[in-house]
Amino acid sequence: MTTQITSTPPTARFRKEASRWPAGSHAADVGRPSFGWALPAALFFTLFAIVPLVMVAVLSFMSWNGLGSPQFVGMDNWSRLVDDPVMLKSIWTTLLLTALGILIQTPLSIVLGAWAAGHQRNRAVLSAVYFVPLLLSATAVSVLWRALLDPNFGIPADAHWLFGDGNLFGKQATAIGVLAFVSTWQFTPFHTLIYQGAARAIPQVLYQAAEIDGAGRYRQFFHITLPQLRNSMITSMILMTVGGLTTFETVLILTQGGPGTDTTISAYYMYEKAFKGFDFGTGSAIALTLVVASTVISLIVVRVSGYDKMRSSMEGVA
Amino acid sequence: MRRRPNYLAGVGSTVWLFVVGLPLYVMLAATLRTRSDYAENGPVSVPDAFTLDNYFGAFDANFGQYFLNTIAVTVAVVALVLVLVPPLSFAIVRSRSKVTSLVFRLFLLGLAIPAQAVIVPMFYLISEAGLYDNLLGVILPTAAFCLPMSALILSGAMRDISPELFEAMAVDGATPRRMFFQLVVPLSRGGLSTITVFSALQAWNGFLFPLVLTQSDSTKVITLGLYNFQTEHGIDIPGLLGAVMLSMIPVLLVYLFARRALVQGLMGVGGK
Repeated sequence: MTTQITSTPPTARFRKEASRWPAGSHAADVGRPSFGWALPAALFFTLFAIVPLVMVAVLSFMSWNGLGSPQFVGMDNWSRLVDDPVMLKSIWTTLLLTALGILIQTPLSIVLGAWAAGHQRNRAVLSAVYFVPLLLSATAVSVLWRALLDPNFGIPADAHWLFGDGNLFGKQATAIGVLAFVSTWQFTPFHTLIYQGAARAIPQVLYQAAEIDGAGRYRQFFHITLPQLRNSMITSMILMTVGGLTTFETVLILTQGGPGTDTTISAYYMYEKAFKGFDFGTGSAIALTLVVASTVISLIVVRVSGYDKMRSSMEGVA
Repeated sequence: MRRRPNYLAGVGSTVWLFVVGLPLYVMLAATLRTRSDYAENGPVSVPDAFTLDNYFGAFDANFGQYFLNTIAVTVAVVALVLVLVPPLSFAIVRSRSKVTSLVFRLFLLGLAIPAQAVIVPMFYLISEAGLYDNLLGVILPTAAFCLPMSALILSGAMRDISPELFEAMAVDGATPRRMFFQLVVPLSRGGLSTITVFSALQAWNGFLFPLVLTQSDSTKVITLGLYNFQTEHGIDIPGLLGAVMLSMIPVLLVYLFARRALVQGLMGVGGK
């Protein structure tokens, strides 16, 4: 079974098939499903994802407290957000956390992935353990680390030599450090897996040739493995960016946005505004900025990762 | 072909094993010891008394009900995904209609929509539909947000079915319906199990939709139970970790049985 959804499908065999019947001939369409097969899923998805997406744009120009009907207020929500220091700070915090995640996780998961793609005997066991954090909900992971890092009952209380006064959640730098560490802990396995899959796909002849030329392991890594992983690096970093923009439970459970507003990232600020402050209009405006950011990034994903190639080589779809 | 052992990578991967494994061990150990033992001897010590009270405590805190709710949500989400996605993927792979191509693009775009982005209108829609604080109100959006990735995974699997098989069936005069049930579904079992595991995991671990769309104890799912347990019993760390552990057990069991499908499915996300 192959589920490499971004791999290029075997275009050649589709072309061969298509050429057997002239375009437009009836024989080519015998036994082909009509678009009706796609409709139930499309309608369901439209109702529960696309309609709300359109509504979030509309609601961002409205005032709504959750009761009664929303009132149109024009640019009010937007102009208030532009002047809101917390909003600006939340964007910076979001970007900082996203950047930290990429800078820590990328080298780590490349090295682990390249290593796990090899043939060591203990590799399978290790990869099985590495994988576990990925199964846990963000909620479970956050609750676990909140407990392990508790200033009074957690590991810091035992290890003052390492953690100082132990109150990691009380200062901006350490609170951000904790958030970056926890998402690294949870998501490095996933990115390791991406690199592991990609590293396995590198043709062995490249390494054999390098070996004959006398290139050592580290030369092989920097001159063969790393360049061959370029596409995966882009995909993985983009996924990290989208993931970073939409982090939520980790902040809600670990820091509640604090100390002060020091770890209030945009997604959390949206939740606070809408569901704690009952200002759903402003919440929608923040949500819309998230949509725009993540759509732009995902369009880049589609471009770079080859999802769009898959579409264009689909048979029969011009 | 690499014969010499790679010491640096070996050391690095062992270090990472500790980073991943140690917290998991501390959690497991903490759940099996008494609260006073944990408080006096600290998290990293070896337990001096063995108890299952932390697990029973979670059940006293209504986790039994949360479990049932989560199972209901998970089963319903998986059922919806399994009803909606296979015909969709069949059409994506085999239909020549322009509409199908548009639908496929819609789902590609859908990959980009984060749940946070639509949570405010979702709250509005679900309230208007009278489904607020109803498990159905959690099931529907959760299933919808499983669709794009499931469609990509499953159409990837269906693409591997040889076109000659379709031709042979077409020559025999088979309808799309027959091809679907006799050819496509049996031959994409691998992809079907991947999307089952994937959507079950999404539903089991879901947090934002239940947080915003439910309220009372009778509709609470397990992730929300954990969140509330933390705010209410934050100091009882062994009890809290017992609840975390309970929330993971079914997932870990599925992982043991479906590891291959899960790893393959997630590997496919990154692609080459």
